[in-house]
Amino acid sequence: MTASITAAPAPLETSPEKPAASSVVPHTAAPTRNAAAEQAAANLRIAVRRRREIAARIAAPVLGLLVFLTIWFAVSQMGSIPGPAKTWEAAKIVFSDPFYKNGPNDQGIGWKIGGSLSRVGMGFGLAALVGIPLGFMIGRFLFMRNMAEPVISLLRPVSPLAWLPIGLLVFKGADPAAIWTIFISSIWPMVINTAVGVQRIPQDYLNVARVLNLSEWKVFSKILFPAVLPYMLTGVRLAIGVAWLVIVAAEMLTGGVGLGFWVWDEWNNLKVENIIIAIFVIGIIGLLLEYSLLLIAKRWQYD
Amino acid sequence: MERYLSIEQAGMIFETRNGAFTALRDINLEIHKGEFVTLIGHSGCGKSTLLNLIAGLTDPTSGYLFLSGRQIAGPGPDRGVVFQNHSLLPWLTCFENIHLAVERVFAATESKAQLRERTARALDLVGLASASEKRPHEISGGMKQRVGIARALAMEPKVLLMDEPFGALDALTRARLQDELMRIVTATGSTVVMVTHDVDEAVLLADRVVMMTNGPAATIGEILSVDLPRPRERLAMASDPRYLAARKAVLEFLYQKQLKAA
Repeated sequence: MTASITAAPAPLETSPEKPAASSVVPHTAAPTRNAAAEQAAANLRIAVRRRREIAARIAAPVLGLLVFLTIWFAVSQMGSIPGPAKTWEAAKIVFSDPFYKNGPNDQGIGWKIGGSLSRVGMGFGLAALVGIPLGFMIGRFLFMRNMAEPVISLLRPVSPLAWLPIGLLVFKGADPAAIWTIFISSIWPMVINTAVGVQRIPQDYLNVARVLNLSEWKVFSKILFPAVLPYMLTGVRLAIGVAWLVIVAAEMLTGGVGLGFWVWDEWNNLKVENIIIAIFVIGIIGLLLEYSLLLIAKRWQYD
Repeated sequence: MERYLSIEQAGMIFETRNGAFTALRDINLEIHKGEFVTLIGHSGCGKSTLLNLIAGLTDPTSGYLFLSGRQIAGPGPDRGVVFQNHSLLPWLTCFENIHLAVERVFAATESKAQLRERTARALDLVGLASASEKRPHEISGGMKQRVGIARALAMEPKVLLMDEPFGALDALTRARLQDELMRIVTATGSTVVMVTHDVDEAVLLADRVVMMTNGPAATIGEILSVDLPRPRERLAMASDPRYLAARKAVLEFLYQKQLKAA
């Protein structure tokens, strides 16, 4: 009934970092030698199995990429689309001088990526600045929620590019219009996820706040904000994804230095291999954005 | 003894979609300073509701509650609450969880070093000095509950309110924490009101066991004084006739007088 009964649990298995068959087995007498040998054998089996698992985990994606390249190659044999080899050669040229500048519309791939990223950064940053506080308010106050709900429901399904003419009209410039389009299309996931996060704060945490009678600032900094953070980061991740999808389309229409306009430009030049390069660049950057935000989100997971 | 915590004609009616629901009626109870009171009753008898009234988390729809002469209006740090599911903030370490409470109560009068010192002492009191920098998900359920107790006690509350604090723990851990709670309460002289559904827990820990009738419109059925000397030894109690008699009295109340169809 008392503490004395609960003995420490026996160790179930030795850690794999410590192979028992090492030379450092002092003090323990003869009977353990057999056990040590058995354990070494078990450790070996575990190591072999783990290596197989790792091999399988690498093999599958590699195989997938190979299948993709094969299909690409087969399609390219039919004519109009350049194959992997031709694209690779073109890529070497594109990336050989990524930061050249020949006038306002002919600049290196580095500038194009930078241009697209800075537009996304601006639009997305403004959206976060507006969307996250808005989400907090919508989540916290029922009246605000009821007020915002019809407007959000109405505006959210609108295709991002439909906002572009409004932006051009109001801001009288291609760049601000593109940023506006990013802003308006990436704000919704942040508003909605933040609001949901605020609503889902466990009552227990709020009771703690009430029992301790914490100040409003402490409630926000120690309870509301950390509790909502995971939801908020999900919203941010979705928003970045949307923003990156939209920027390419927006730039096709607005022009300027950027990946989207590059695609359109190379279509006009009929340099299809550069379009394919652009597609890869867009894909890889999107992947990196998504992945880095996942890493950040993981940092803020509490259990 | 002086009137410390007193409840006068308290009642609680909830407004639900199906109309008014009377949870509690005519609750009258006087609790003295340093007394350990357990509330027991079948589930749905409103014992947690009563605890929430004392905590100030809900206001009674009738009657009054006083703590050392002042009417209870809203929650406050003079009543430390230990929740059933520990309610530690998962993004703070054990130390920070307690420090948050300590800071709230003592920041105005004490230096930062003193606050940290208090926090460390509270952790030490529940035997968790070594888990200070761990986050709640890194420690066991029993340890979390101990941090919860430390957090409540660190505020030096007038009353410690516990809502089935050990309900979610396994029997062995629960027994160990009960022993520890008795030691801590003896050491600190705390006044405790604890909700439980465990007859042994109710009798072993309490100076008085408050037994509640079944809801709806639950009220206090009987109050049993447990006149057993402290410290109480769990093993010795198991064969102590006074303990067994008290235990039987509670069982009779719950299973004869207030039998409830499951």
